[in-house]
Amino acid sequence: MLHSRDLSRIINDAQWSLEILTVINLVNTKHSLLSASSLLSLVFLLLDSAYRLDMTSEFPQSLVGPSSKERKYDRQLRLWAASGQQALENSRVLLVNSDGPWGGGNTGVFGVVGVETLKNLVLPGIGGFTIVDPAVVTEPDLGVNFFLEDESLGKSRAEETCRLLKELNPDVEGAFYSKHIAEILQEDTEFLSQHKLILVSGPVNRSMLQSLCRAAKSLGIPVIYTRSAGFYSVFSLQLPTVFPIVETHPDPESTQDLRLLDPWPELAEAGASISNLDNLDDHQHGHVPYVLLLLHYLEKWKEAHDGNAPSNYKEKSEFRELVRSNARTNNPQGGEENYDEAVAAVLKSLNPFSLRSSTREIFDLEECKKLTADSAEFWVIASAVREFYEQHRVLPLPGSLPDMKAQSADYVSLQNLYKSKARKDVAEVAKTIRRIESELGRSTEISVRDIEIFCKNASHIQVIRGRDIPLVAGDTQTQKPIRTELGDDESHIPIFLAFEILDAVVTGIQEGKYSEGSLGDDSVWSSELDRILGDIASDVSNPTDNDARERVLEATRELRRTEGGELHNISSLTGGLVAQESLKVITRQYVPLDNTCIFNGIRSSSTMYKL
Amino acid sequence: MGVADRWKHLHKALSKSGPFSDPDWIPGEETIKSLEESKILVIGAGGLGCEILKNLALSGFKDIHVIDMDTIDISNLNRQFLFRQSDIGKPKAEVAAAFVEKRVKGVKITPFVGKIQDKDEDYYMQFKIIVCGLDSIEARRWINSTLVGMVDMDNPESLKPLIDGGTEGFKGQARVILPSLTSCIECQLDMHAPRPAVPLCTIATIPRQPQHCIEWAHQIAWQDKRKDDAFDSDDMEHIGWVYNAALERAKEFNISGVTFQMAQGVVKNIIPAIASTNAVIAAATTSEALKIATSCNPFLENYMMYAGEEGVYTYTFEAEKKPDCPVCGSLARKITVNADATLGEFIETLGERPEAQLKKPSLRTEEKTLYQRFPPQLEEQTRDNLKLKLRDLIVTGQEVAVSDPAYTIDFRFQLIFG
Repeated sequence: MLHSRDLSRIINDAQWSLEILTVINLVNTKHSLLSASSLLSLVFLLLDSAYRLDMTSEFPQSLVGPSSKERKYDRQLRLWAASGQQALENSRVLLVNSDGPWGGGNTGVFGVVGVETLKNLVLPGIGGFTIVDPAVVTEPDLGVNFFLEDESLGKSRAEETCRLLKELNPDVEGAFYSKHIAEILQEDTEFLSQHKLILVSGPVNRSMLQSLCRAAKSLGIPVIYTRSAGFYSVFSLQLPTVFPIVETHPDPESTQDLRLLDPWPELAEAGASISNLDNLDDHQHGHVPYVLLLLHYLEKWKEAHDGNAPSNYKEKSEFRELVRSNARTNNPQGGEENYDEAVAAVLKSLNPFSLRSSTREIFDLEECKKLTADSAEFWVIASAVREFYEQHRVLPLPGSLPDMKAQSADYVSLQNLYKSKARKDVAEVAKTIRRIESELGRSTEISVRDIEIFCKNASHIQVIRGRDIPLVAGDTQTQKPIRTELGDDESHIPIFLAFEILDAVVTGIQEGKYSEGSLGDDSVWSSELDRILGDIASDVSNPTDNDARERVLEATRELRRTEGGELHNISSLTGGLVAQESLKVITRQYVPLDNTCIFNGIRSSSTMYKL
Repeated sequence: MGVADRWKHLHKALSKSGPFSDPDWIPGEETIKSLEESKILVIGAGGLGCEILKNLALSGFKDIHVIDMDTIDISNLNRQFLFRQSDIGKPKAEVAAAFVEKRVKGVKITPFVGKIQDKDEDYYMQFKIIVCGLDSIEARRWINSTLVGMVDMDNPESLKPLIDGGTEGFKGQARVILPSLTSCIECQLDMHAPRPAVPLCTIATIPRQPQHCIEWAHQIAWQDKRKDDAFDSDDMEHIGWVYNAALERAKEFNISGVTFQMAQGVVKNIIPAIASTNAVIAAATTSEALKIATSCNPFLENYMMYAGEEGVYTYTFEAEKKPDCPVCGSLARKITVNADATLGEFIETLGERPEAQLKKPSLRTEEKTLYQRFPPQLEEQTRDNLKLKLRDLIVTGQEVAVSDPAYTIDFRFQLIFG
């Protein structure tokens, strides 16, 4: 029988209450209504499972194996978890894989980057994809595109690639349109908004690209524009104007926050509890968790230094020696592991809390300061966390504790101190959020789970200010970094410019400015080259120097080696990179590109630029 | 348009010099012919291997061989795109070869289902280039030392360029090795240090993390309760048993966080893997294969690192050849040891030291055998040495030859008392 006494004891227990909370939250989000009685039965269920298992010699068999879907996606769930997978499955991607022929018998873009990108999104289980491509499959397609076969010749490339991509994953839905994107957009104004991401394979007509990007921007849909020719490729990501990320997945080392210089009362108390170190036997002495050792010796240090903690390198080195000298060495190992850990942690753990500048900048943004009833949840939580920071001068505690030499029970109780402090901080932030929600008259409450995730990641949240797909002509923000880079003979910028020139030549042919054979015409390339360099140099007195012009010319020569044609390796590699960025944008985990990446397959190297 | 048009783009790149190709290079028919005649070997038909096979077939290679000993598992399907649900249980090398042969007309792919160690030098000698897409450091070290050992300075054909790719989550690397001429996999071993093992006493007596409980269930409880069953990490019932045992132990110590997924990850040492990272790294290796086979552009010298967690980051550099590399160098590698440690303790550390990573070493000096695992009679004769301190067996600076059944060569270490 369970008594209410047991219930409250267990609910008070640090670990259980969190688990129960999580389950309740989960249930709450799944089913909007949960009666008090079913909640109670849930608690009993948990209690039951906790107490049913006594310590018998045989282990109880539970039926908690993974589903076949979990098994199929196991290797990726370890990266983006169920939440990332859910986001992926709720998303549909649009691929605009060509814009029609370039003229002169050139069928135009082969779209291998686009198809390879989709392959890398279909395999992990994206919800669906749409391919828009008016092209018909030709012989050269078969030499570069794996998702076509001999029987595809003469058929719609959109249909054939869609069919062969769908084979990769029965969970994914695929659709195709064998016509121009412009036509579709005219017929169906809702078309773009069905998609969470738009991929465009270039070169395409620039005015079409710009109008597509404008439409996407107004709908808040990210766009990736890719180009690949010969051994070179380049792609740019256009994110919405404000793109916040909570789960940036920083290196766990960099998020460690032990609060040793400013312990909260319970932690300070735990540190004080080992004042009798000298009386401990060797076994106990060698198993005091290093966090407590550091707290203990910090107090000793402060006594001898007017109440101040070691603050500079010299003092920290002295403090480290103090800790080291207290290790017992009368044993076969000649030292103690927990003291070694304490010594190693001194330099990185004894730093006063400081807010990262990127977080400070987010707190200072208008979006964070001026909330409205329609503000995104991110800003409501960020604003509450900012209030927390302003009051306490620290962020909510992440609550994780690294492993360390210790007895099991000592470690677990120390870990519980960190966990319960983290929960207390979350509760405080949640209280602020509820206040804000009622002040603003918001109709839906932000889930406790989302508040928890934010608080845990608060020190490394990021907001990217999305920029448009770069356009050299007329955009000084794009021209400036290009001008600077052109002076560097190792820069990858000439490759980007070579692609911009290719775009200009193709657009010229499509718009009737150039004759159909212009792709092979040196004078056309040369005049477009000078025009683009003129754009870049327009607001400075000295024109681009000859060396820089030569480097861009060299890049165009390499690009023209295949007459704009793709090499499978380079397109496949680029499709991998583009898929990687797509996954980050869709799951809102990890940190996406901002905003252009250039790959050089001759040197096997790449560079990111903010253009 | 005819079939000749199919390879239009590729042939253009091979029929015209570029601004960065070697001025002495002669583009055209001969180059294309030599590419088509280049026999190339792919080691591994998994996440990287599937991509590598596709890329080589679409790079104009016509005679491709592939080795893999594994069969297809459901967890491969999120990235190994040549396999379908209905292929589960079939050999990877065969299914992958058949698929690419069917899709790309005119390419011949010869599968071998087995271990790379099953093949001898004569087998490896037939290839022009070897591309590796492996998840095992041990297999990489084996092929590396085999290829270095095959180099005969009087026969340029004996030098087989080795192109190696590897991935983990959003990260990966591609490298080009010219055996005996450039930095080899063994030279770079310390860049791939193994994760430090949890001390046995933590697992046995003072667990603190859910992983410790899983290790206990896997290493200790299984031995105790089911020693007659050989543990199979692919058997769901076995994993389930370990999971339940770990859960029970975790309860006993009030440790939270044991999940089935974690149990599986710990006992199988699972490395996260996704299609996109594999695509990047595989294509980086095959792009180098095309450049090496045709000289159409300079190849990678010699290491490209990729990290995709934060934007797109690559770092390309030249790893250095180490004179004390046990495989391609001529000097013994210096390692610092505790003179008071026993030989047995020292042997334990050889498994974890980043520069050694030898799991079953046997050791001898020029004068005597310190410890020999096989055959059993020799093991018995040398077993007592395990309890002796190093200072009683050797002097500081002495050279010790270490052999390990996983490798064909001896590793030479100079032991310095620290």
